[in-house]
Amino acid sequence: MTSPQPLLPDHPGTVRFVLDGQVRVVQVVDPTRTVLQWLRETEFRTGTKEGCAEGDCGACTVVLGELVEGAVRYRAVNACIQFLPTLDGKALFTVESLRDPTSGRLHPVQQAMVDTHASQCGFCTPGFVMSLFALHRNNPAPDRRAVTDALAGNLCRCTGYRPIIEAALQLHQRGPVSTEGEGPGTEGHDDARLAAQLGGLQRHASLRVGTAPRRFIAPASLAEVGEVLTRHPNARVLAGGTDVGLWVTKQLRDLGDIVYLGNVAELKQIATTDAHITIGAAVPLSDAFDALVVHYPQLRDFFRRFASPPIRNAGTLGGNIANGSPIGDSMPILIALGTRVAMLRGTMRRELPLEALYLGYQKTGLHAGEIIERIVVPTPVPDTLIGAYKISKRFDQDISAVCAGFALSIEDGRIDMARVAFGGMAVTPKRASACEAALRDSAWNEATCARAMQALDRDFSPITDMRASSEYRRTVARNLLRKFLLESTRALGDAPGDLYGLEPSGYALSEGGAA
Amino acid sequence: MNDPRVPHASSAAADAASGAVGQALAHDSAHLHVSGEAFYTDDVRELRGTLHGVFGLSQRSHARIRSMDLTAVRAAAGVVAVLTAADVPGSNEIGPVLHDEPILASSLVQYLGQPMFLVVAESVGQARRAARLAVIEYFDLPAILTIEQALAQRSYVLPSVTLERSDWRQALKQAPRRLKHRFTIGGQEQFYLEGQVAYAIPTEDGSMRVLSSTQHPTEVQHLVGHALGIDAHRVVVECRRMGGGFGGKETQGAQPACAAAIAAHKLGCPVKLRYDRDDDFVITGKRHDFLVEYDIGFDDAGRILALDVMLASRCGFSADLSAAVNDRAVCHVDNAYFLPAVRVVSHRCKTHTQSNTAFRGFGGPQGMMAIEMAIDHIARTIGADPLEVRRLNFYGPGRDDTPYGQKVEDFVADQLFDELCTSASYVERRAAIRAWNAHSPIIKRGIAMTPVKFGISFNTTKLNQASALVHVYTDGSVLLNHGGTEMGQGLFTKVAQVVAHELGLDIDRVRVSATDTSKVPNTSATAASSGSDINGKAAQQAASTIKERLIAFAAQRFNVPVESIDFASNHVQLGSKRVPFVDLVKLAYDARVQLWASGFYKTPKIHWDAQAFHGHPFYYFAYGAAVSEVAIDTLTGETRLLRADLLHDAGRSLNPAIDLGQIEGGFIQGMGWLTCEELRWNEQGRLMTHAPSTYKIPLASDVPAAFHAKLWTRGENVEDSIHRSKAVGEPPLMLAMSVFHAIRDAVAAVGEYRSSPTLNAPATPEQVLRAVEAMRAPPPSGKTAAK
Repeated sequence: MTSPQPLLPDHPGTVRFVLDGQVRVVQVVDPTRTVLQWLRETEFRTGTKEGCAEGDCGACTVVLGELVEGAVRYRAVNACIQFLPTLDGKALFTVESLRDPTSGRLHPVQQAMVDTHASQCGFCTPGFVMSLFALHRNNPAPDRRAVTDALAGNLCRCTGYRPIIEAALQLHQRGPVSTEGEGPGTEGHDDARLAAQLGGLQRHASLRVGTAPRRFIAPASLAEVGEVLTRHPNARVLAGGTDVGLWVTKQLRDLGDIVYLGNVAELKQIATTDAHITIGAAVPLSDAFDALVVHYPQLRDFFRRFASPPIRNAGTLGGNIANGSPIGDSMPILIALGTRVAMLRGTMRRELPLEALYLGYQKTGLHAGEIIERIVVPTPVPDTLIGAYKISKRFDQDISAVCAGFALSIEDGRIDMARVAFGGMAVTPKRASACEAALRDSAWNEATCARAMQALDRDFSPITDMRASSEYRRTVARNLLRKFLLESTRALGDAPGDLYGLEPSGYALSEGGAA
Repeated sequence: MNDPRVPHASSAAADAASGAVGQALAHDSAHLHVSGEAFYTDDVRELRGTLHGVFGLSQRSHARIRSMDLTAVRAAAGVVAVLTAADVPGSNEIGPVLHDEPILASSLVQYLGQPMFLVVAESVGQARRAARLAVIEYFDLPAILTIEQALAQRSYVLPSVTLERSDWRQALKQAPRRLKHRFTIGGQEQFYLEGQVAYAIPTEDGSMRVLSSTQHPTEVQHLVGHALGIDAHRVVVECRRMGGGFGGKETQGAQPACAAAIAAHKLGCPVKLRYDRDDDFVITGKRHDFLVEYDIGFDDAGRILALDVMLASRCGFSADLSAAVNDRAVCHVDNAYFLPAVRVVSHRCKTHTQSNTAFRGFGGPQGMMAIEMAIDHIARTIGADPLEVRRLNFYGPGRDDTPYGQKVEDFVADQLFDELCTSASYVERRAAIRAWNAHSPIIKRGIAMTPVKFGISFNTTKLNQASALVHVYTDGSVLLNHGGTEMGQGLFTKVAQVVAHELGLDIDRVRVSATDTSKVPNTSATAASSGSDINGKAAQQAASTIKERLIAFAAQRFNVPVESIDFASNHVQLGSKRVPFVDLVKLAYDARVQLWASGFYKTPKIHWDAQAFHGHPFYYFAYGAAVSEVAIDTLTGETRLLRADLLHDAGRSLNPAIDLGQIEGGFIQGMGWLTCEELRWNEQGRLMTHAPSTYKIPLASDVPAAFHAKLWTRGENVEDSIHRSKAVGEPPLMLAMSVFHAIRDAVAAVGEYRSSPTLNAPATPEQVLRAVEAMRAPPPSGKTAAK
């Protein structure tokens, strides 16, 4: 993107971002200081709360404005695990940003929350306000499902959520909101002005703050990433930080030097050809899933259940894959779809099938100084049945006990290609080779399915932990294959095969609810 | 707001100033909540020189401490001091009832997570990093981690209690039918969004001011005094609001408050102690999990003739409030049902885990789960609609004696049932669901209706007292202070409405100040749903005293009869003359009339003989009913709530909007307890579900679009409670039993309703799938009685 000269000189060791319409230049001493700590401890903006310091409760939700193709895109993120230097070049909105600065009037989102009695203890409330503010910006007329999706990252222990959902729906039903007021959070706010402001903050060279051995380096190009990592192969690669953030806030780990990929334009591209959807490693999960759903609409509900909007907005697909957790939810289905990962080390590139990346518990085949550059997902193959399932204690924003991805190509009534992958069943996301073998060259029917279900016992010996017992994981893994059979062969007729979109008996919902 | 769910305020109230009781006013802090301007303890601007404390925690569940090497902790960056039990100037003791709980463990640790030392550093991060550097040598002792282990070893924190009525043994023997069952009910983490936090500020002459997120400032005041070895009059404890409490800050706030005060006292500077979420989970107590065994006798129609039930709870390592919690469980085993012959045995198990404590319902929910399980079991065994078996066993004329001797004189659960059964189309939907299930092999639906009867008052009689202080300033503004604490339940708003109502003022003329032990002393915890009942009465009395003084003054001054004086719409009617309230106040001041007053209230009628387990422990009962419809996936065990209809009796509601919030919120919280919220400890006694990543409370998407909660319009307290309202904090939580029983109904569908499912709480996908698979297996010997 082209931009005018920076509005402010680039002081070494500082990051620059917009807060309440003003460009802030902030000296960074500890690059792993979180946005939440800065807000509360330095700025005394205590409206943003710490509820968990791991991105799971949403009490710290803030909204970031980011320049995307010349326009400002607003997204809710968790301030508790966002490192301060990642704000560079962006706009930050907190709950304190929303009141009209002139009149002091509450923002319509805030007023709706008051009117519907949507706060009780009030501690989670600023986070809800910010999630709804982001929703309001991006989807002025959400249905109930869009509202609950937008709130999947916000816990409230008092209200039972009904009045909060109602606030969000009422906001739309009230009609167009007043445009008076010029505050950064108000409707009258000038997006173009903010876009210009942000344009002036974009860097053409890398950002460097902190001092060795705790530097924060944010290269601006892929070539520079290669150079920096060649020089510092043991630097910690940081993308969205939705897991690495917890290493700091929970494990109190010292990350050493950090190389941040979030400013590398090449890594934020999505490209689609007839054969492939290619997703840059630094593409946020939200965008990656949107791109995949265009080609695989049957995965929409599955991807909606991945973490929460703030986590999907910050976290990246490359990060989820590189992190290599056995319970990462993107991998089973991506493996089933035949995804390959393209890696870069210095100037050297190589590609692997995704499943080959995983060597052991949280151990990947990435070399020191090597990053994932792109994730290459094949476009749909005709006559291929696709299914993805996630089992967890809670429907939204939970970590899977078991996660499954299935892809079966059927030719002449026989399965000629079977790719079955599971998360939560082994130390890595893993293909079920015995199960696949049992499926191959057979008709896709109850008998084959029963054999393949049996075969899963040879593929996996899952553990018992706080999420589920080994026995439950085995049973559910088998049953998910059966569920896939029933759904993909439409064996159930009109009867439902899952809990999505069910309505109560003898009661027609007036809106929302269904997927 | 014109909300159809909220009954219209009475016309009398509608005519009054916009502050009267019965109006659906917004929470007094709502505008501050939504703008982030409401101050919680951690938000108060820190004084210069403030230090931060972090506890060092035991890594063993039961061990002698052989040695504690804190050298590396002391040497760590930013560390100012490391305190151990030896540094406690007064008493190292915070047990609220028994003296069995140290602030800092010195020689013995009794659970994994128990605080052993306190690191005080310049920043929270420095203190946290340093705390991990301790080198502790333990001598491990055998640990008891489960209820079963405790029962086997007779390990109890308190003696067991037995309640017996009439010849239950004989009645059981003679009953035409009998069922036995054993099941477990999981615990629950309070998960207040604001973790435990205290900020201790030394003041002159060895005194201490503590900002504490606590439901019980008076207890914190006394425990801080004991810990420092100073009198109560040197300790001021203040709480403006909590970010949620739910019982979890009734006693658990004392430990951080005392530790912060000890450090502040020793170092002479302010010290803040705020638990990180993981620390909060592993240090503090939760809702007691229970093991229940019952043997129930009944007739062919399903009428209960005799019940023998054992309730064993996991209390953890110390007594805390476990006596009262378990007493309440025993007193709620009847729920809404007449039990002609009964024995309840209650074991208070000592385990080497967190000391379980208060949580909304306080044992009541677990007691009620026992009888609801038994009734559902009976209904499924005799093939009746559980709703009908519930109705058959309701209290009624001639069947109104509770097992503990109190007569049920205000029973309305039957009326609630009738009304809700119709409005929720229970009968039609139950039939429709059965027809639907017959054609749905994978997804099954279930429906259930359950009642709630919940006793209101502290079981411990002496706690049922409250005081308030009302100041009228000469500009006519009113400041209210009372002993209750605000944790989101809207207590401050409701009590302010009582005062505004009494003085005929708009609500914005009445301001509630932070709860402060130097203003109103000797308060009880804000707990047992009693907040509005007792503080409302005390505040009403204080306001009424001022009003009487003003009336007496005005009658004389304006020479009008006392009866002609009326306070309304910010004015005072004096016969034919009408003057603004503020004008009368100014005149009264000039005439040297005292414009402030205190009020005191003690709940009448209640008495309790703890030895005999007999008496009249509750002033009255609160009632509710709920219908829930769920669907389950029989391949995965996942469940969804599809519709819920709640009807709840809050008497003549002081604030229908706030009460509705308690009902909806309580229900969803109860649903979490019985479905997705699961606490798991590993074999070493380490709590493995210690943060929201691993412990899952309900989310917005778990709330059905068809969620119909209503206040019962005919509700009215038969007792002289504050404006005939009823307490509403805890009772709605138990409406969620309908969700659990709807899941049971859906599981029963798998076996075509021929037998009773075996399902423990919480009904996680794993538990439900297990129940489904058991339902598919051929019954062992044609009997439904469980293992």
